[in-house]
Amino acid sequence: MAQPDSLSPLNVSPIFGRFTLDALPLHEPIVVTTFAVVALGGAALIAALTYFKLWGYLWKEWFTTVDHKKIGIMYMILGIIMLLRGFADAIMMRLQQAMAFGGSEGYLNAHHYDQIFTAHGVIMIFFVAMPIVTGLMNYVVPLQIGARDVSFPFLNNFSFWMTAAGAAIVMMSLFVGEFSQTGWLAMPPLSGISYSPGVGVDYYIWALQIAGVGTLLSGVNLIATIVKMRAPGMRMMKMPIFCWTALCTNILIVAAFPVLTAVLALLSLDRYVGTAFFTNTLGGNPMMYVNLIWIWGHPEVYILILPMFGVFSEVVSTFSGKRLFGYTSMVYATLVITILAYLVWLHHFFTMGSGASVNSFFGITTMIISIPTGAKIFNWLFTMYRGRVRFELPMMWAIAFMITFTLGGMTGVLLAVPPADFVLHNSLFLVAHFHNVIIGGVLFGAFAAINYWWPKAFGFKLDTKWGKRSFWLWVVGFYFAFMPLYVLGLMGVTRRLRTFDDPSLQIWFLIAGFGAFLVALGIAAMLMQFFVSVRDRKQLVDTTGDPWNGRTLEWATSSPPPDYNFAFTPVVHDSDAWWDMKARGYKRPEHGFAAIHMPSNTAAGIILAGLSVAFGVGMIWYLWWLAGLSFLGIIAVSIAHTFNYKRDFYIPKEEVVAQEEGRTRLLSEAVA
Amino acid sequence: MARPFPLLRQLRPALRFVPVIGLAALLSGCDMVVLNPMGDVAQQQRNLLVFALALMLLIVIPVIALIGIFAWKYRADNKDAAYDPDWDHSTMLELVIWSAPLLIVICLGAATWTGTHLLDPYRPIERISKGEPVAADVKPLEVQVVALDWKWLFIYPEYGFATVNELAAPVDRPIKFRLTSSSVMNAFYVPTLVGMIYTMPSMETQLHAVINEPGDYAGFSSNYSGAGFSGMRFRFYGMDQAGFDQWVARNQTADGALTRASYLKLEKPTENVPVMRFGEVAPNLFDLVVNHCVKPGDVCMSDMMKMDRGDPSSMDDESGMSMPMGRRPEEPLNGADAGEGPPRSPADADNRSRPSPGALAIPSTRNK
Repeated sequence: MAQPDSLSPLNVSPIFGRFTLDALPLHEPIVVTTFAVVALGGAALIAALTYFKLWGYLWKEWFTTVDHKKIGIMYMILGIIMLLRGFADAIMMRLQQAMAFGGSEGYLNAHHYDQIFTAHGVIMIFFVAMPIVTGLMNYVVPLQIGARDVSFPFLNNFSFWMTAAGAAIVMMSLFVGEFSQTGWLAMPPLSGISYSPGVGVDYYIWALQIAGVGTLLSGVNLIATIVKMRAPGMRMMKMPIFCWTALCTNILIVAAFPVLTAVLALLSLDRYVGTAFFTNTLGGNPMMYVNLIWIWGHPEVYILILPMFGVFSEVVSTFSGKRLFGYTSMVYATLVITILAYLVWLHHFFTMGSGASVNSFFGITTMIISIPTGAKIFNWLFTMYRGRVRFELPMMWAIAFMITFTLGGMTGVLLAVPPADFVLHNSLFLVAHFHNVIIGGVLFGAFAAINYWWPKAFGFKLDTKWGKRSFWLWVVGFYFAFMPLYVLGLMGVTRRLRTFDDPSLQIWFLIAGFGAFLVALGIAAMLMQFFVSVRDRKQLVDTTGDPWNGRTLEWATSSPPPDYNFAFTPVVHDSDAWWDMKARGYKRPEHGFAAIHMPSNTAAGIILAGLSVAFGVGMIWYLWWLAGLSFLGIIAVSIAHTFNYKRDFYIPKEEVVAQEEGRTRLLSEAVA
Repeated sequence: MARPFPLLRQLRPALRFVPVIGLAALLSGCDMVVLNPMGDVAQQQRNLLVFALALMLLIVIPVIALIGIFAWKYRADNKDAAYDPDWDHSTMLELVIWSAPLLIVICLGAATWTGTHLLDPYRPIERISKGEPVAADVKPLEVQVVALDWKWLFIYPEYGFATVNELAAPVDRPIKFRLTSSSVMNAFYVPTLVGMIYTMPSMETQLHAVINEPGDYAGFSSNYSGAGFSGMRFRFYGMDQAGFDQWVARNQTADGALTRASYLKLEKPTENVPVMRFGEVAPNLFDLVVNHCVKPGDVCMSDMMKMDRGDPSSMDDESGMSMPMGRRPEEPLNGADAGEGPPRSPADADNRSRPSPGALAIPSTRNK
């Protein structure tokens, strides 16, 4: 357990901690080039913002906002930016694995490669999938339940900035020091101080701990919002399915994330103060960590997928022009999945020597999850049945999802059979499986959602031509990238290998690399789609607020919705509230507006998150003075914020009237 | 290894549905060892895998077909198709969509329960292959496996030698692996032989297997363990008895001796290590590794646990619990100790339901 010399207290400078100039990866040309590109891009961005005098606007309208819509959009932007980083890691791995045959070391050494696959997993789950899921829920849930904002608007802003702070810490590790080389779950003893003495695991811990605060608080916030702020008449069983899935996801977040926080705290204690929770000796037990991290980790995958099930329910129903088939069974299926999510964690380590009865139990509970999930697929299927299916982009993603996810679910059940898992665990078959469900489920869901709700958020539709290009490149690219991995898994190839000796494997890695290349084009096409759509926003404009002939309340208001969402709180009689209102000849009120009570913007969230980054950096680099000062700063700002009594304001009646009259004009123009 | 096998041909109907249609030629050209293993346990695991796949395809194929059919038939511009915008419930249909997956899960669950128990890695081998039980007088070949940074140590206690990165076993003789790791977690995997099992420091896992065909097979670590992980490969040779005897003799006469001191040297991290042979092995080395007391003077974990329980048999003197740990003067494990000291899994098939009192304190991973 002896610590390496570099970490002995004598070598930790009181001012610089364990930071030395060696921590800057100047000897790694790939990193230096990346840094140069990022630095130039960043400098250009800052220059542009300054030139166009946008800093004040960004600060006032976005960074300090408590508007759930703007926060939702910022979450999505964060997720998409981090997707680019996570995908860059992916393509580097594909390239390495396609090259490193027949004695070739490829182009990445172990130190570099091991950081890349760790960063890829961490970024894609925590800083791509989570922000996108949270962003969607943030944007859509209050609109769907007819609310003006979330329950705790400041908390929402704070949550976002804490997530962004975590992302900033991960990005920092690329250029200063190193990232963790332990795999995305940092399993001890490898992640213990004896085997990972560097800053990498500490970057991992603090990025996740700080982002975790945001995730947890956002979960609390959305539960309170859904439970307490539904429009009159919207009983639980009349909520849109997306709200149900959001509710279940946030329950999972609130119940699961504290476990992650606790297990990382224990690992930190092992690393920082020499406790022995997960060490090999002194009574520590690494398997405790494995259990705890998966008790969080398995619910986590349902946290990601459940809201997407909600998205697909909305999309399939809207674009089939038909009520969702089996609303009640959909709700119960969601609840069953929520509960079962906690009863399956051990299937991630059947191969660690549990008894046959334990393994069978967890294998069978895992299979049982496929029953409600299967029911959902059937429900979407029968929603299309006798519908009028419009193949707009969101629906295309939904159909690609249904097919892809069914395959991914099937391979998941295969892996749930313990004897099958014994031959496939940790193999590329497993890698193919979880990409099959996470890309095919979560990402396809995110893209369906972006195409579906974009017009609501910005008032114009997304360009279809580039959208279709992106769709086909992504879907075809996905199959090219991951079907070979299934084959490789059946050839007994394990994950996270950097070099290979069997030349017959190479062709499959080349095919997978080609698939990753197609996906890269798909991402480029998607960025192009955003660009073209913004450019052509005049032609793509939607003045009705209801471009898809929607069914739920968010389509009842304008696109983009006013700050206050609804001038009058709608009254709900049906689960498809807006469809029902349209069917009953709803007339939008044009008089009788009143001033609207709204929460005020605040800078406390971004300041606290900034201080948290400083705290994290202090802890990572053993800069104890920085950690101490920033921690005191966090406490001080939190207390000071409680003395801020300017928490709310009224949007004057005149403004509401002006806004609503503008909408009336637009609507009449659209009819004329 | 890379040659097409008749079994693979039998599997083609199942493989056809893997969405790499058109690549059948490519598929038959590659060696899908997981679907075509040479060890009886791995074959049974494969059979269960294929059974589960076939069972699920019963529902997956119709569902995927229906997705395509419904999406096409009810496309918006097909005005001939029925349109029923408010139809959202059918009790019969709901019954079917919940019970069809349920029935499949019941079948699969039953197969899982029996399969998991029969193919439990801790369960001693009962048959060499289908219809060929293990003869009563056959003693399994015990191999002790230690995952080191980043190579594999194989100790053959029956023959008193050890190798690094080379494993061999005679065809059709049951093998019993006892496994541990020196530093971090790895997983021991020879796909052609049997499914994997983790090797974990301070813990012992077990694995039972038998190889049915002679050959030269790949083995490796299937759990990432740090910088040298990719190089943790070894060859596994299935041999006829004569070949195995020769191999044993070659190792027994090898020059190197794996003493406790040389083990401590070997344990230090190295990468891409060539095969090494040790004609002699320190007694009880595997148990010392599991208990973290290869270094003379270190207290074995099993002894420390006994002290923690206040078990007087572990105490050297009258100082009892107050004796500072880590200061036991002499060799912690003598022959008498070894009989009860090293951890035994409570899961040995015969006494699984009632672990011995000693087993309670054992750092085994085994849940019951």
